Amino acid sequence: MSNPEDRNPGGDRDWSVVVEDGIAKTNDPVSSAVAEPAAATRRHELHEPAREELPQRLYEKREFVHNKRIDGPFRRFKWLVMVVTLAIYYVTPWIRWDRGPYAPDQAVLVDLANRRFYMFGIEIWPHEFYFVAGLLIMAGIGLFLVTSAVGRAWCGYACPQTVWTDLFQHIDRFVDGDRNARRRLDNAPWTWGKVLRRGFKWSIYLLVGLATGGAWILYFADAPTLFRDFFSGAADPIAYATVAILTLTTVTLGGFMREQVCIYMCPWPRIQTAMLDEKSLIVTYKDWRGEPRGSIKKAQKNPGQFGDCIDCQQCIQVCPTGIDIREGPQIGCITCALCIDACDRVMKDIGRPRGLIDYATLEDCEREAAGGEPKAPWRTLLRPRTIAYFLIWGGIGGALLFALGVRSHTELTVAPDRNPPFMLLSDGSVRNSYTLKLRNMESRPRDMEIAIEGLPGAVMWTDTIRASDAAATQTVTVPADLVRQVRAYVAVPEGARSQEFTFRVTSLDEQRETDTVETRFDAPED
Amino acid sequence: MANKRIDQPTGTETVGHEWDGIEELNTPLPRWWLWTFYLTIVFAIGYVVAYPAWPMIDKATEGMLGWSSRGQLAEEMSVADQARATFREQLARIPVERLPENSALMQQAVAGGAAAFRVNCVQCHGSGAAGSHELGYPNLNDDDWLWGGDLKAIEYTLVHGIRQTSDDDTRTSVMPTFAGAFDTQQLNDVVDHVLSLSGKAQSNPVGGQLYADNCAACHGAGGQGDRAQGVPRLNDAIWLRGNSREAIKRQILNPRMGVMPKWEGRLDPVTIKMLAAYVHSLGGGEDLVEVAEDPEVEVDEQP
Repeated sequence: MSNPEDRNPGGDRDWSVVVEDGIAKTNDPVSSAVAEPAAATRRHELHEPAREELPQRLYEKREFVHNKRIDGPFRRFKWLVMVVTLAIYYVTPWIRWDRGPYAPDQAVLVDLANRRFYMFGIEIWPHEFYFVAGLLIMAGIGLFLVTSAVGRAWCGYACPQTVWTDLFQHIDRFVDGDRNARRRLDNAPWTWGKVLRRGFKWSIYLLVGLATGGAWILYFADAPTLFRDFFSGAADPIAYATVAILTLTTVTLGGFMREQVCIYMCPWPRIQTAMLDEKSLIVTYKDWRGEPRGSIKKAQKNPGQFGDCIDCQQCIQVCPTGIDIREGPQIGCITCALCIDACDRVMKDIGRPRGLIDYATLEDCEREAAGGEPKAPWRTLLRPRTIAYFLIWGGIGGALLFALGVRSHTELTVAPDRNPPFMLLSDGSVRNSYTLKLRNMESRPRDMEIAIEGLPGAVMWTDTIRASDAAATQTVTVPADLVRQVRAYVAVPEGARSQEFTFRVTSLDEQRETDTVETRFDAPED
Repeated sequence: MANKRIDQPTGTETVGHEWDGIEELNTPLPRWWLWTFYLTIVFAIGYVVAYPAWPMIDKATEGMLGWSSRGQLAEEMSVADQARATFREQLARIPVERLPENSALMQQAVAGGAAAFRVNCVQCHGSGAAGSHELGYPNLNDDDWLWGGDLKAIEYTLVHGIRQTSDDDTRTSVMPTFAGAFDTQQLNDVVDHVLSLSGKAQSNPVGGQLYADNCAACHGAGGQGDRAQGVPRLNDAIWLRGNSREAIKRQILNPRMGVMPKWEGRLDPVTIKMLAAYVHSLGGGEDLVEVAEDPEVEVDEQP
């Protein structure tokens, strides 16, 4: 249909602006990266000339981010979170928790070899893995909750990638100086001084990576023992391999890739776009107040013509992902709020009110732009969506706690022998054999009573209790934290008939936990 | 190959071919891909040198490391044998009747016996060791033993077999043939008396007399049998060849007697011990009445 020769059907008319229903629409070619939101959805009208194809380059060359030092309330908060999260990560494996002589005394331990997961007072067995699944679901919904309330707070403060990137950026600053010095050094030729400096810096990177990977393995074995073994060369090869891999990933992801991970690799920023709405707190540049930008001199010459933004670019220079927040909400913004610190400082210096860049909802921005008052913070946080997320989150948490509270530490499974299904004894009685599994989830050995219910006259003995001691109930000792397998022989005097009956196991301690399993007694059919 | 040109929209050179107006851009491979590819080539060269690689006429090149899958298997098998060696040594030294005192060893013996049973015994006794009524293979789960059900007796049966002509120590018993000895009425009376021993029929004086004259010498007056001679009990609920009148008559007139192979020489003593432990553990095993004197424990002088 379209003829390339005939691209301008309107003759001399200027098609760069199309007026339709009294609204001027731009017809400029747009790239989706810089376009206004409307551009992506606006229909291309038939009478309009074909849009020019932009020579889009899908590959953007990376420019290494050298963020400038800044101090302010948000930076201090970021320091605090960093210290707290790193402390949690490094200290947790060393916390001791007394579980008696039969269980490890490490507070948090993922014991893969013995298939036990310890977390302070909670011990989880593989068959209870739904607790872990529940925790993961809670973590997921928790992220939804945080996002709908305060935007990408996770990305900005608590995400390991953010924390470690921050750490590595501080190392850069410590070794090479601040932003300008680092940029100069990057562009400088490779002199011996630069080689030494880089070698020193990358050695620190390696140490940080080693400490990161090294702490990780401590969660999977007794920390003090593993720590000693690790340095004496006696630890398992898998420990060294894990540390090597994690050191490599830490140095690569935190030391070199940094914001590229957030922008290109992480799925979370993509999910964000669906999670954020106009009521979410995000870091926003208040363009209605800042535009048009102009230096202080220009503003003094032409009072009233320029906004508050003096285009000093401090917000770009302090940004750890190197974006310009004044372009609006974007995928690169992890809402760490360092630009707020930077802008507030500048505003204070030039005597203008703070908050040109600020935590605000898009809704509040519109209201403020129209001259209204912004909502109180608690009203931005408390709204149906956040409350609903919180209730779901809390509900799952409550259900998990409930399940944890009422779970039994005693369990029984029964497998009747199928070959042969029954056995005639010389006195005419009929014997069936069962494999019982008695689970003791307490970290101490427990006596358990096995009883037969609903099978008149039946007696029982086991692989360790002689047939001469047969009785309707037997007591066995189950070792701490283990499943004991018991072969049980149940005999019913002459005249036995096939029927259902129940095994009941009861712990002989103050808890008196009990579990029952219904099974079948088989007898010859005459 | 002429006609290479720069494609305007992408800024990339074309390869110079054209098919009906379709041209191909000469986009280089990503560097990481290319280097990974080169690395695989380097790896392959190293692999060919180190491991068996090129198939020749009767075998492949051997490689510098001298590795082979057969060699690896042999190595792993010998490691497994090594791991079992101590257990087998212990088992070889302990007499079977003292096995229950060492419950860890007993457990291992039972597990090993279960494996050996599946290879050597299930053909007659069945995978559940329940035997067969029709064919007369005894059930090993119950508490009725022809020759004794303690560990020592079971081991003896395993070693020497039953009714093995090649073994002087084999267990042998013979049930005489009574074909033609009784008339029909007498036979019925004897069967009545035999069944009455376990309370399944009414006895009568004729049958009782016939039983006392012909059967009690071996089977005992009350039908209690005799394990020393391998004479079955007649006063219990378990009948090796069936408890119907027909089955009993057949066994009186033309008795059938089974055999059990001797396993000495076919299985090593340790395996036989493990089999004894397994059969004993099936639920009908009996305690040994007299425990043997302390065996002369050999001092293990080998490292």
